[in-house]
Amino acid sequence: MSLWVDKHRPRSLDDLHYHHGLSARLKALAASGDFPHMLFYGPSGAGKKTRIAGTLLELFGKGVEKIKIDQRVFLTPTKRKLDVNIVQSNYHIEMTPCEVGNYDRLVIQEILKEIAQTQQVDLNAKQRFKVVVIHEADSLTRDAQAALRRTMEKYMSNMRLILCANSTSKLIAPIRSRCLLMRVAAPNAEEMEAVLDFVAKREGFAIPDGTAKLIAEDSDGNMRKAILVLEALKMQNPDLSVSGLSIAKPDWETYCHKVADMIVQEQSPARVMEVRTKLYELLSHCIPPTIILKTIADRIVEQVDEALKPEIMHWAAIYVRVKGLLRILPPAHVLCSQESRMRVGNKKIFHLEAWVVKVMSMYKNFFYGIDMDGFDD
Amino acid sequence: MSFFQPQQSRSAQKQAVDPQHQPWVEKYRPKTIDDVSAQEHTVAVLRKTLTSSNLPHMLFYGPPGTGKTSTILALARQLFGPDNFRSRVLELNASDERGISIVREKIKNFARQTPRAQAVASDGKAYPCPPYKIIILDEADSMTQDAQAALRRIMELYARITRFCLVCNYVTRIIEPLASRCSKFRFKPLDPASTSTRLAQIASAENVPVNPETIDALISTSQGDLRRAITYLQSASRLALASTPPALITPHDVQEIAGVVPDTVIEDFAAALGIECIGGDGMDVDLDESGRVKAKGFDDVKKKVRAITREGYSASQIISQLHDHVVVHPTLTPRQKTRCALAFAEADKALCDGADEELWILEVALRVHRAMNSSSSS
Repeated sequence: MSLWVDKHRPRSLDDLHYHHGLSARLKALAASGDFPHMLFYGPSGAGKKTRIAGTLLELFGKGVEKIKIDQRVFLTPTKRKLDVNIVQSNYHIEMTPCEVGNYDRLVIQEILKEIAQTQQVDLNAKQRFKVVVIHEADSLTRDAQAALRRTMEKYMSNMRLILCANSTSKLIAPIRSRCLLMRVAAPNAEEMEAVLDFVAKREGFAIPDGTAKLIAEDSDGNMRKAILVLEALKMQNPDLSVSGLSIAKPDWETYCHKVADMIVQEQSPARVMEVRTKLYELLSHCIPPTIILKTIADRIVEQVDEALKPEIMHWAAIYVRVKGLLRILPPAHVLCSQESRMRVGNKKIFHLEAWVVKVMSMYKNFFYGIDMDGFDD
Repeated sequence: MSFFQPQQSRSAQKQAVDPQHQPWVEKYRPKTIDDVSAQEHTVAVLRKTLTSSNLPHMLFYGPPGTGKTSTILALARQLFGPDNFRSRVLELNASDERGISIVREKIKNFARQTPRAQAVASDGKAYPCPPYKIIILDEADSMTQDAQAALRRIMELYARITRFCLVCNYVTRIIEPLASRCSKFRFKPLDPASTSTRLAQIASAENVPVNPETIDALISTSQGDLRRAITYLQSASRLALASTPPALITPHDVQEIAGVVPDTVIEDFAAALGIECIGGDGMDVDLDESGRVKAKGFDDVKKKVRAITREGYSASQIISQLHDHVVVHPTLTPRQKTRCALAFAEADKALCDGADEELWILEVALRVHRAMNSSSSS
């Protein structure tokens, strides 16, 4: 009994429902014997991993589906132990090096070298090389990417890399130019509806007309989300009619919306305190601050006047640079800044809060016409 | 048969990588300095050294893919020939070995060896083989300051028997004392003409049918970086040959491989931001009108941004292409362009810091949008 997402995931390149041109290319490449390094990129839920799995199947045949999960232990130069989970078959290996944070260079060097230096011994194998799949390649550190650079050229005969990333912005140019770029765009609404229909048919029921559309709109190009939502809805009310159908939002999202509503309703120091507790609540549930900020901003923008919208998004974009921490902190917090740099938890709330206060002041300013430009800097 | 025969052949076999899998960049690296594309000045100077056998310390700098490493390797090969090459040239790629300890041990040891006697050239050609060794420090700008400082004295002490060649992208990252010890050679980005002849040459050698439009697309996406252009050409030809009836490489293929956003998408996006389309000559009369009509509200811009991120294009690419679009735009005022440029610059910084892509595309879009509107009202 598995989730529908996994149960109905296409296994081979022929089964894929959309981007047929891309599938044909992948198939041709796998058959040609001259397989390059590849970089798959696109938004999440667009089907990157499905395509990678399909390509592997095309390359090596059924053997690639016999996988085992392995845990490897690495020793850092400072004698700390790192555990990395690895999924591997006889022909390929999958890993997410960024789960060990700053030590990902070490993992890449060790594992890649090990694979690169051993040749394929299985004589029945269809290809002479092994494939290494690296997930979330865009969160690799620069050092790790630089380490990849040499390895990719040196061990081309024994190994091919398949990188999987959300965006190419964070990959250094030398890596990009060594890979064949494969853009996997999110499916459009009709394609999503077709897939939903397909899943429903396989499960033995039919989706009413409007429902598929509703789900497709709600999931915003994320196929995985759409199928999960479909399954959840089916559990809730089996007939799936459009009337009385409400797609349950994740509770953090409703929580964020509540915060947004609070900001719009009243702008006062007391309200800021209330908002702060809510933000803390969200952060302590490990919701990434960027997502919080985006969700709240999206919601506020829906409710305010046209003239204010660009401003709100502008400040959201400014404050979202939490990671860089290059922005000067709000005056009241300047003294604490030294401490905040050390503790990750603190600085995020500063930025979120500073943004909330900014939005409130803009909102008030807009309605009462007080000129507060002097306070901007 | 003697003992040596099989061994020799084995080593030769090991050297020869399967040519089909060899990157074309390596395969078509220039063999002599005369083959180097487009760097006439540098080549002219270096050609003299071949006859006079007098070589200064050298510092090669310039953008990637302009032939810096190729030039020095070709020069070394011409000076020493294949047999002496290994004993006379030390090539250090700074991306893995760059610490001060490497300078102190490996480089110093190599630098102070007296050059070995010239081996007899097996291929029968006469090489100048001057009495010094060459140390090539590739990517020297990523060496630490300390490591560079440690080099200073070594360079002088063993100048009689060793020449250094530093290769880097940014000459400013080489410390001044080192730079002043070398004669500097600047490698300029390749001009389109020499890029296209080189690409055509490779394409014909590989039997890849290309048409001029494809070559133009390669040149425009690679921006003077020959290595990138060749890599793209190879990838494109792989794709084209892999499809069942071997297809011709189209400019669109090249753009997709390079991760470039198609022009139509960018123009569409620009139009949504209130930038008038270029090229619609018949529209000239009511440009002002249509400009105002096109300047849509916040929600339209937001929808457009969302659609673009769904397509999976990378934010930095979109921003740089939008920049190209705005900068050459004929009807925008300098003030508008300045405002846009400011927005692009900040966005680029934010993306480097790892900010959220969608938010920053939206931010850029909104600021550009405002810049467009501000002028139409004034």
